[in-house]
Amino acid sequence: MRQSFAPVLTVVGLLLVVWYAAAIWLNADWAYDKARRAGEVVTTTSLIKDTWAQEKPKLPAPHQVVAEIWRTTVEKKITSKRSLIYHSWITLSATLLGFGLGTVLGTLLAVGIVYNRTMDMSVMPWVIASQTIPILAIAPMIIVVLNAVGISGLLPKAMIGMYLSFFPIVVGMVKGLRSPDQMQLDQMRTWHASAPQTFWRLRLPASMPYLFTSLKVAVAASLVGAIIGELPTGAVAGLGARLLAGSYYGQTIQIWSALLMAAALAAVLVGIIGIVQRVTLKRMGMAR
Amino acid sequence: MSWVIFAIAAWALGWWINMRLARGRPVRWRSLAAPIVFGVTLIAIWEGVVRGLEISPVLLPPPTAIAARFGASLDILWVDFVQTVLKGALSGYVIGCGAAFLIAVAVDRFPFLQRGLLPVGNFVAALPIIGMAPILVMWFGFDWQSKAAVVVVMVFFPMLVNTVQGLQATDMMQRDLMRTYGASYWVTLFKLRLPAAMPFVFNGLKIGTTLALIGAIVAEFFGSPIRGMGFRISTSVGQLALDLVWAEIVVAAIAGSAFYGAMALIERRITFWHPSQRN
Repeated sequence: MRQSFAPVLTVVGLLLVVWYAAAIWLNADWAYDKARRAGEVVTTTSLIKDTWAQEKPKLPAPHQVVAEIWRTTVEKKITSKRSLIYHSWITLSATLLGFGLGTVLGTLLAVGIVYNRTMDMSVMPWVIASQTIPILAIAPMIIVVLNAVGISGLLPKAMIGMYLSFFPIVVGMVKGLRSPDQMQLDQMRTWHASAPQTFWRLRLPASMPYLFTSLKVAVAASLVGAIIGELPTGAVAGLGARLLAGSYYGQTIQIWSALLMAAALAAVLVGIIGIVQRVTLKRMGMAR
Repeated sequence: MSWVIFAIAAWALGWWINMRLARGRPVRWRSLAAPIVFGVTLIAIWEGVVRGLEISPVLLPPPTAIAARFGASLDILWVDFVQTVLKGALSGYVIGCGAAFLIAVAVDRFPFLQRGLLPVGNFVAALPIIGMAPILVMWFGFDWQSKAAVVVVMVFFPMLVNTVQGLQATDMMQRDLMRTYGASYWVTLFKLRLPAAMPFVFNGLKIGTTLALIGAIVAEFFGSPIRGMGFRISTSVGQLALDLVWAEIVVAAIAGSAFYGAMALIERRITFWHPSQRN
């Protein structure tokens, strides 16, 4: 962990340098244009200064985005519609609901697939095929249709999150529930363990490492689903709505701040699962 | 009412057939037939329920209506397919995967960068990158170039992380053996490390196939010319022409499965030596 600290910082630093350089390059046109109309001569310093401080830049500099995030999180009241925390909370609640539903559905499907040959043969290929349908692309339709039947608000977004997150759970749990080898299963049989006992005492504990890996993938997928689910609702609230509104009005700084907020959200969610994973596996004596 | 009974009968029949199939010995045609029976059963139940309960076609059109629409508007679907899949997704996929592969090979020469890049790349691969779509549409205009750009960004990091990981897949013994042969860096790369990396590379390529389609379609929601699958989906939803939307979904599903299947086939040919490919 510690030995990768310096390399990671270097890579992040490199990315920031590239970002700043790209900001100069992409925003230069507008800076030159402005200077020409004002009849000023552009020097290197004034060019850099201008490209890093435009109001609607093609690519905002990192410090502009950070300032915008600071302004919309700390300096605004949480209940305000302009607060990024308010929008993040809306997205987060849909993400968590979808993630929870997806986990339950995925686990149930996995148990069915492991214990029932009919399901294994007929359902598993369709679980895989279901992911080749670009669900994100038809998210607007799902939202609109569910709206028409009177389901609106949190649930439609959560449904998309669920659809995206159940797949990694199914795949991981099927692998995990099947991970006890024949020796261990035979051992359970010599103890005359019933099927539920085999499940609770052997298969389920054995599947935990797989489950946590899948959970990390699933929560990130669920977040993406929630964000996309917010696009077609007419940009009401949520990080996705901020993205769409920003793109309509050319507010690039707003787009980037919503993006960074989504990134932070994803990082925190994955991080929390990572911590739970470490604690749980340690308590179970499975830590590596 | 008769349609509901039809749906229940279809469900019972499909279940019964699959029970029979599952009980027998697992031969090849059985494992192929079971999912097909399951799919046909699902479609039959869908048809029966929609017609039996008289669900409005604005909400959920029956499969037969979708099939009819599919046949009637082949020309529109083809134009959209060319615009989104061939121009947007495929070109972006090739550029993105190619660039990620080359950069991964380059980064692999510097262990320092490699150690820094893996965590960062893993982090970025988990981010909602699709959110970049509005920005890229702003930069590259409304036509297919911006969609290709979105696809490039989406497939880049999974591909990069997988390739970097794959290049580390050889163990010390194998590399030492190459050194005793007096093999140069390039010979080691081409004869040992790239072949050993192939399972990982194909993992990245396969993840990329679905991402590419999603990226190309979603990017069209943020602005597009008057053709393309994403454009058609969002406007048809507005016109409540759900049968056309479903026809586009069928096209997307077929294209996605074919894309993924093609990659899986190539993988089987190239990594035939890997345990997961041997039966």
